[in-house]
Amino acid sequence: MMSRPSLLAAVVAAGWLLIAGTAVAGDADAVTASNAWIRVLPGDLPAGAFVNFTNASDHAVALTGASSTRYGQAMLHRSSTEGGMGRMETVDKLEIPAHGSARLSPGAYHLMLMHAKPAVVPGDTVVLTLGFSDGSHKDVTFQARPANAL
Amino acid sequence: MKLPRAWVLALGFTLALLAGCHRDAQPAWRLTDVSGHLPDLAFKLTDDNGKSVTAADYRGKVLLVYFGYTHCPDVCPLTLAQLHVVMQRLGGKADDARILFVSVDPARDTPQTMHAYVNAFDKRAVGLVGPDKDIEALAKLLRSAYTREPDKGDGAYDVSHSSAIYLFDRDGKARVLATPSASQDDMVHDLSLLIDLGAKA
Repeated sequence: MMSRPSLLAAVVAAGWLLIAGTAVAGDADAVTASNAWIRVLPGDLPAGAFVNFTNASDHAVALTGASSTRYGQAMLHRSSTEGGMGRMETVDKLEIPAHGSARLSPGAYHLMLMHAKPAVVPGDTVVLTLGFSDGSHKDVTFQARPANAL
Repeated sequence: MKLPRAWVLALGFTLALLAGCHRDAQPAWRLTDVSGHLPDLAFKLTDDNGKSVTAADYRGKVLLVYFGYTHCPDVCPLTLAQLHVVMQRLGGKADDARILFVSVDPARDTPQTMHAYVNAFDKRAVGLVGPDKDIEALAKLLRSAYTREPDKGDGAYDVSHSSAIYLFDRDGKARVLATPSASQDDMVHDLSLLIDLGAKA
């Protein structure tokens, strides 16, 4: 049986843990990433990174970018072939709807990875740190696959 | 509305006749038929081995012509990966076909970079480079277009380009046009038909 002051201390501590827990558990924790892969191109050519997301929370979450110790630069892009023209544009975010899913996939939203050091070859695994609009981060392991992977 | 039985029969017969005539005249393409709507393939460029080549060097092969550039991390690789799978599905027949990947980025694409690039996708792919004016001439011939977007400040820039894949028969005649979103089944179907057509004797 706890004494009254120590019970109070425990409750307060538990409360703080709960608050601290919510503060740390940002959008990154609500998001599950799967089937993460990188299409590796020869030489120092930029590579595309792709991944499926699901969002378990009851609010929309936005992926805003990525970084990696292995690549000099990572940018969120969207390609399209609308109107018969293939083109690429930089985008601010990819929204993952509440209790929904979204993905980075070939021919659509993707991460463009540039200047790998050391070079990434098919079979490697590379950790990308994905950033979300609330400032939270998530490390996801990507599989490097050959150029002609589908 | 209910049509008299005789009419239905007559209509059916006419349709069958039309379909029959159509089949005799043209293979049943699934992609967009462009026969007679584009000039024959003609170019003078440099292949990924550094050799000067013309369209005549590829006579006898069915050709898939696609414009792109190597610094294209998504659309070009996706299209080339799809073309690779189409070629794989054709088995040994694919040896009678070549993928011609034409660079619209002469400033950055050399025969060497093109060589590594195309071979990462398919051993029957050829990379073609050339000065702006020769690339422009081929793009114009095929009613294709490309534009270089403004420099992003660090020497990096994007290139927008026609995403169509042009299929030429063994005589260098344009036959069908595919978009990157065309189904693989349709691509395999038409490419196989084109290979079966053979060359003019």
